[in-house]
Formats: sequence, structure tokens, C-alpha cells
Amino acid sequence: MPVLAYIVTPRSGEKNKLLKELNAMQHCEALSADNADILILVTDTPDKETEKQLEKQLNKIESMESLSMTFGYNDELQYKGEGDGHEDR
Amino acid sequence: MKIDRRSFIKSAAATSAVATATSLFPGISFASWKQLEGATGMIRWEKAPCRFCGTGCGVLVGVSGDRAVAVKGDPACSVNKGLCCVKGYHSVQALYGKDRLTKAQVRKNGKMVEVPIQEALDIIAAKMKETIDKHGKDSVAMYGSGQWTIPDGYVASKLFKGCIGTNNVEANARLCMASAVTGFLTSFGVDEPMGCYEDIDYANVFITWGNNMAEMHPVLFSRMLAQRKRRNDVTIIDFATRTTRTSQASDKSILFKPQTDLAVANAICYEIIRNDWVNWDFVNKHVSFHKGKTNIGYGLEDKFKFKDKAEGIDFEQFKTFLKDYTPEKVEKMSGVPARDIRYLASLYGDPTKKVTSFWCMGMNQHTRGTWINNLVYNIHLLVGKISTPGNSPFSLTGQPSACGTVREVGTLTHKLPHGVVMKPKARELAEKIWELPAGSIDPKPTYHTVAMFRALDRGDIRFMWIQVTNPMVTMPKLKRYRDGALKEDRFIVVSDVYPTPTTDVADVILPAAMWVEQEGMFGNSERRTQHFDEIVPPPGEAMSDTWQIIEVARRLGFEKQFPWSQEEYIGKIWEEYRRFHDSPKHNMAPYKVLKARSGVQWPFVNGKETRWRFNAKHDPACTSGEDFHFYGKKDNRAWIWARPYEPAAESPDQEYNFWLNTGRVIEHWHTGSMTRRVPVLHNAMPSAYVEINPEDAADMGIVNGEMIKIISRRGEVTMPASINGRGVPTRGQVFVPFFDEKYLINEVTLDAFCPISKQPDYKKCAVKLEKA
Repeated sequence: MPVLAYIVTPRSGEKNKLLKELNAMQHCEALSADNADILILVTDTPDKETEKQLEKQLNKIESMESLSMTFGYNDELQYKGEGDGHEDR
Repeated sequence: MKIDRRSFIKSAAATSAVATATSLFPGISFASWKQLEGATGMIRWEKAPCRFCGTGCGVLVGVSGDRAVAVKGDPACSVNKGLCCVKGYHSVQALYGKDRLTKAQVRKNGKMVEVPIQEALDIIAAKMKETIDKHGKDSVAMYGSGQWTIPDGYVASKLFKGCIGTNNVEANARLCMASAVTGFLTSFGVDEPMGCYEDIDYANVFITWGNNMAEMHPVLFSRMLAQRKRRNDVTIIDFATRTTRTSQASDKSILFKPQTDLAVANAICYEIIRNDWVNWDFVNKHVSFHKGKTNIGYGLEDKFKFKDKAEGIDFEQFKTFLKDYTPEKVEKMSGVPARDIRYLASLYGDPTKKVTSFWCMGMNQHTRGTWINNLVYNIHLLVGKISTPGNSPFSLTGQPSACGTVREVGTLTHKLPHGVVMKPKARELAEKIWELPAGSIDPKPTYHTVAMFRALDRGDIRFMWIQVTNPMVTMPKLKRYRDGALKEDRFIVVSDVYPTPTTDVADVILPAAMWVEQEGMFGNSERRTQHFDEIVPPPGEAMSDTWQIIEVARRLGFEKQFPWSQEEYIGKIWEEYRRFHDSPKHNMAPYKVLKARSGVQWPFVNGKETRWRFNAKHDPACTSGEDFHFYGKKDNRAWIWARPYEPAAESPDQEYNFWLNTGRVIEHWHTGSMTRRVPVLHNAMPSAYVEINPEDAADMGIVNGEMIKIISRRGEVTMPASINGRGVPTRGQVFVPFFDEKYLINEVTLDAFCPISKQPDYKKCAVKLEKA
């Protein structure tokens, strides 16, 4: 069940359009910066396959200039205990 | 109704993206971002200072039920104005690592066994009493921290210095801030910066002296970048020994050879005088000139002693002293081109520019740390750029309460909450407030931190209680001090929140409440005291460090000095502590004011905070009738010191041919015992490394990621190479961050220290490299 977060840059003058498009998509929640042409997108998908499909859909959006991931979470990895830092001791 | 795990993760994801955006685009705002509020409507937000560095960012902790589930910057806090760095945004996750200590443990037959915490406290009290009876009061010691809350440090000082009568109280801030303290005391007679973060909003020039602010103080650095973007007259100069993210973001990066900052600072003064950029009106009214002892040693031997002696000189003698520091001569020593030295001098000397100098560990962890602090003050004093908005020599701190707890409460061997143990008046005041018989406090300081661990190794100290710090990662020349702690007849108590290499040497482990699991106060770099409530309950039997000390004190028979109930002890302790600072020079805000605000700066006089000390327009303690009053010194002047360049304790030679520099990274805080348990931070920076200059790496045939052995005269450690990574050292130098307990770099470092401040130098020793 991946949860990902992105910084999204819209094409010039299309921030509001992109915000609407993203919030209309399933598994997506977007919010806009007040004073810059930047959006934050959080995606929450039930499985890896859906995540891949969503990524393809996102890449097709014309009002989007770029998409940069800042956060990735996967239940399976987390529950194995990987990455909590302590097993290295 | 409780928030579900999924919503929490989504909030963390959004938090991470917002944090990244704010670091990439300074000043960006997401006012519509409500995290989980809109979705759930059940989060309550409580104010606190951030748990980590000394910047003192205000945060709002989102709480659902009895769990902290979110965090955001507090827009009401003037420090960060709603921003946080990546550590701050993930700080609440540090509360919930799966191996959190929740029960007390006692070593029985060589194994740690869980016991009720009351039983563990009984054992500690009995062992302290037995040790004092057998070996004397100076055989027991408390080693605390700049992460202690103010009440933690206050009760530790009261129990050990007041009730037991030993000055064996030290804190890890000796390892990070002691040179800043002695720098302030020798130049101004009182501790802590005269300016405040608001200087950033006024300065035209920022010079970072060996200070990678982009990673170590990112919120303040983003404020600088925002000012540069907003105004067209702002210049940032990075003056350092290695290229870092700060260098990359600055307008000019100037690199110098380790230890030669002393010479460059003197050369800047030489140029200021040569060009007659001296502010004579300021200097004539407010400055006096002095020199101290030279060839002062490095403290490498046990029981090393040094006492400086100030001797008055005049301006002409100071000018003559500087003749050894012409830009051309200093270029040969430092590697800094003479033109760059002149450029730096011209920035300080230009009367139309306001200049702020920032520094932290680069200048403080230095065998001449006091001197280099003095020398940067010299520059600002010569040109009169001090104590006015934008003109600020500013010593930053690395821990959330290095100032509040260690410097202000005085949890160092020679200090009391007001004054030093050597002064009868200071002892009398403490004995009066603490309701102790006259003569209870010993007039002789005992051991500073390095000396204290040496005393533990020798057996002069037999019992040590360590709270909120991890010396078995951070002590230089680590092996000696770990071996000392493990000796059979030593008894070590460790209060902490997670297992660490320090709990590994403990005979008793006490589970501690962490950060907002207790009420307390921190004091940040700009004299700001920040109160926080107990926002969530501590897990299991975890207990605040303050209450642990109170419990033991009562078992030792000091009920009278520690009479408070658990419901009100923090407020009562604060009001008692505040009596020590009852003067316009240091008055602290009342408890109810602290509770209401997101931090209050001292001196707090007649309901008003003091932003620029020594400036009569701002500081009510100024009484001379002049525009400035440096009231800390008996001559009512700030002191300029003639301090020469002297070499490091150990420099590279033919066999050990590299300098070793150690430090931190943005993702992890100090030894990583908290931040490495935050998955986002750990995954971003899972392991330490050794940065090697690309040309040195090419000469040795080393490739990125290859395991490299770093060997010194003390020990060795093997870790992966980083070439052209985040930081790039100059040729002949390597850099290693110390957050990773897998690679204990302090096995290699040297325990040399500044003879005045007793602060070790973690930035310079000699090593050689071998392929593993």
C-alpha cells in the first residue's frame, strides 16, 4: 500500500487547472502553494500495480511541467522492520 | 475517535513534501495546508520548541488521544516563522521507535535485568551513598547535557553541588559550547550573544566562519537566503576548510587550511587598521586592549592545568602585534589568497554595510577556541559593528538547551546558577536559595568533561550518572574512556530513551521521558527561553530526568531541598531558579509568561524582552549614559585581545598525512540515537562515510563506496568512501560525520582541548588512509 509525495510544477499559467485535475483523480490529494507556482501531491494507492497505473496517468497530464518525488512509503518494507535504524547496532 | 495509521503516514508524506519545497524555495507558503485537521477534525495542537538543535524553532505538535501524530512550524514563533527543517518535521516520529526504553534495567550477574523503576532508584541512591562513604564526595559525578531541560540541570546542580557538596557536575555542552562561553567572558565579561536572529533581517553581509549552516542550522540559513532574494544588497561569504552545501549557496567560498583561521582573523584586523577603517569613536569610548599567555599547551596529559593572565596593552602595541599578519604572510600559512583577505577586511570595514558573522563548532571545537572567538570579536569591535540590528558577531549553538541549561543554570564544574563556585558571594547566594548551611558548596572546581572521564578511568571517580547524552559515541579518543567506564569497580547509571553504546556500559538504565512527554524549558542560541507542557504521556515507567533526580535526592535525605509535588514541580523549580537571575542583566520571564508565549528572550525587564544587549536603546542594564555600555567588564569596556596563531595539537606528517575533520549531516542529529529511528531520515542517510578529495582519491586509486581504513595514533575505523558527494574536503583532508554508531570515528580522534575553555578539538587530528 504505497503512499508517495511529490513536488509538482505546473506549466505556465496552469496551476489552478492542474490542481483541479489532480484532485479529481482517484488516489490523489493535491494542495497549492500560496505564493509560488508549486503544488504538493500525495498519492495513496492500494497496491504497487495501481501505483504504476497512476504514475502513467500522471505523466499524461498536459498542464504538468514536472513531478519530483520527496517521500515514499511501502507497508511491506516498513513492517519487516527495515530502515528503523536500530537493527544496525 | 482515533486517527488511523494511514492518515498519519499521509500527513507525514505531505509534511515531507512541504519541508522539501520550503528548503528549495525559501519563503514559500502553504497556508491552506491543514495536515489532518480538515480530514479528521480531532487533532489538538500544542506549542513546543523543536527537540533537536539550538536554533529553537517553535513547533506545533498535533496530538490525537495520547499520541503525537503530526508536527508543523509555529507561525507565532519569531525564530522560524512557521518553517521547520526536515528533522523538525519528522520530530514526533522519534518518540515512537520500536525499541524505546520503557522499563528500568539493572545489571545482575553480568546481565541487564528489568526491574520496577522504584527498585532501580533505590539501588542508585544506595550505591551513591556507599561510594561517598567509601571514597569521599568527589568520587560521585553527574554528566548531563545541553538537551537537559532547564529544570533537569537545575536539580542536578542543586543535588550534587549544594546537597552532596561536590562540583562533579558537567555536561556535554563542554564539548560544543565551552569556547563560546570563554570567548564571551574574556571579551565581554558576560556570556551569550548580544544580538538575536532579527539581525538576519538587517545585515548586508553574512560571513560563516567554519559553519555549514545549510545543514546544521537550515532554518536560519533559509532566512538568510530569503533576505538575499528579497534585497539586492545581501552577500553571503562561506569561510571554511571544506566545500559544503553552504559554500554552494554562498556568493563566495573561501577555503583555509585547518587552524589558520587564527591568522586570517588577525590579518583582517591588520587590513582594517592599515586602511584606517577603525571606528575610532566607538573604540575610544568602548574598547580596551589586552594580551594573554602564549604557548599554552593542549591538555593532552592527565591533570593538565592552565590559567590565563590578562595584561593591558595599548592600541599601538596591538598594531605592532599585528605586523606578523600581513595578508601576504598569512596567505602562505593559510592558503587564502591575500586579495581574499583584503576583500573580507573591506566588507567588515565598509561603514555602509551591516555585517553578521556566524559560527558554531568550527570555531568552538578548536584547541585555540577561546582565542578564535576573541579574534572575531576583535574585528567587529574595531569597526564598531556590534550590538546594533544587523551588526552581530553571533555564536550559534548545537543543542536545544546548551544555553538555557548548561550556560545559564551553570551545569559545569566551576559554575553555579549565578556566578562561579570560586566566588564566596555566588556560593552564599546559592546556599541561601537552596536553604543549605553556609559552607555546603565546595569553593574548588573539580573536573571538566575530559578530565572527568580521565578521573573515571583512573578511579578517582567511581560512580557516574549520565543523563540525555551518549558519551560512548562522542568522547574523543574513545577507547580510553570506554575502557575506563567498563572497569570492574565503576558504577554507571544511564538515563535515556533508546539503547545506545552508552547504555551498553551501564550498571543501571533508567527509562527517560522524552521531549514533550514531560513539562520543561529549553534555552536557545539567542537567549530565548521556551516552555513546553507535557503533551503526551511517557511510555511505560519512563520518568522525566528531573523527577529521577528528585527521587534519588529524597532517598539520600534531602526532602527539604526537593519538596515539590509531581503536579507542580516544574513551575516551582522555575520560580526558585529565577531568583538567581534577579537583575536587569539577566532577569528571566515569570513561569506564567513562559507558558503563554512561544519563547521569551532574557533579560526580561518590566515585561519587555531585550533584543540587543549593551546597546542603551535596547538594554535596560546599560547605565553609563553612553550609546553603548559593556557592563560585563570592570572597566566597562569590551576587550580586544592580541592572540597569536599557534599550530594544532597534532598536524599531518609523513606517516599520518591527512587532517581528519568530523561533524554532522542535515538528516541526523548528533549521535543519531533519535533520528536514526525515524525511517524517513534513516532511509535518506542510512550510513556514515568518509569524504575524500577527488584528487587524493584518484592518487590512491580509491573509488566511491570503497571501504577505507582511517588510522590514527589512537585507533582505526573502516567505512565507505564518498567522493564528490555532499561535501568535498580540500586536498590532504578527510571528513567523517559522527551520527553512525556502526562507525565510531571518535576511536580515532584526539582528546586535545583549548586550555582556557577545556573544549576538545574534533576538527583536527592526523590520520592515514588505507584500502580495507
